[in-house]
Amino acid sequence: MKMPNNKKMYDKGKVIAGLCIFLILITFPFWYNLGKAAPAPELKLTAKAKAAKECVLPTQTMKADHMQLLNEWRDSVVRDTKRIYVSSDGKEYNMSLSNTCLDCHGARAEFCTKCHNYASVTPYCWDCHIDPKEVK
Amino acid sequence: MESSRRSFLKIAGISALGLGAKPVLDVMASSGEAAKPKTMRNPNALLAKRWGMVIDTRKLKTEEDLKPLIDICNKIHNIPHFDNPHHEIKWIWSEEFENDFPMQEASFLDDRLKHMPFLTLCNHCNQPPCVRVCPTKATFKREDGIVMMDYHRCIGCRFCMAACPYGSRSFNFRDPRPFIKKLYTKYPTRTKGVVEKCDFCAERLAVGEMPACVEVSKGALAFGDLDDPNSEVRKLLRDNYTIRRKPALGTGPSVFYIV
Repeated sequence: MKMPNNKKMYDKGKVIAGLCIFLILITFPFWYNLGKAAPAPELKLTAKAKAAKECVLPTQTMKADHMQLLNEWRDSVVRDTKRIYVSSDGKEYNMSLSNTCLDCHGARAEFCTKCHNYASVTPYCWDCHIDPKEVK
Repeated sequence: MESSRRSFLKIAGISALGLGAKPVLDVMASSGEAAKPKTMRNPNALLAKRWGMVIDTRKLKTEEDLKPLIDICNKIHNIPHFDNPHHEIKWIWSEEFENDFPMQEASFLDDRLKHMPFLTLCNHCNQPPCVRVCPTKATFKREDGIVMMDYHRCIGCRFCMAACPYGSRSFNFRDPRPFIKKLYTKYPTRTKGVVEKCDFCAERLAVGEMPACVEVSKGALAFGDLDDPNSEVRKLLRDNYTIRRKPALGTGPSVFYIV
């Protein structure tokens, strides 16, 4: 027995035109922003940071994990009363965001904010901690 | 057949154990080569079993005597000044006898005590009720007796303010930054929505300095270890009659007043 041929598509023109419009709309953000990606921010190291060559941990670790390190520092300072960090090469650092990190890395607008804006993260460190360079 | 399968399993088991042990041994052999970063105290840090303060009210008679003590604290801790008294932030302030020592006033209190300003601050209780009620452990008691706050963790529920019988805690109803006369860059500010209070200058003790109010008090304030019978505070407590705020509540204040 042969099945009746009912492969006829109703409203073919409208359906295909609709599908095309749908596809264009849903991919709109991709092709609209094509080639307009914001360039990754270039960090300008201060002379002091350049001279020091390495931060408290290797640069790659600091780039990826500085937030965990800052949390560890916070707990150590506030809860364990231990305020000095001894890096693996034996150098001692006072664990202070405003007075140690920024002392070497310069203004936060140039160092922290640039990357945080690019990565679209908004940590609230500076609601309380002070950038000494912003205080007149 | 059966015995050979048995020996096969035995050998397989032992080999698996050996293979598993190798990485463990490798880790144990390598540890100790590269020094791990570590944290430590400043060697000059002042340490105690239980910090305490003795305030000699005979040497602090007028508001002018208290002013430098209060001012230095406000300055180095970035404490804002609000004109609206409901928004007031206070770490150390002056209070009259009847407010500081309710139920301890005699019927006919002498004139000197009646109208004298008393230096008032967090008592760093031995049994701090604020610590018991804090739902996030933002307020905690350190091993040296200081009742500390971790402002990162405070959610602003104000249970501690309800629990503290001394009014030592203040809430930031507004962003305090614009109301700080001059920002002191060595110390952070607070943010809207957290509670704050005196912390016996933990940041100064950590580098070997006495609390700021003690330092500028010209000997009217003594600070030291209540657990050490030979400390200056214990000597003062032995030689003078002292009172504490609301002792019947059982909080065990660590601030004593020579009257």
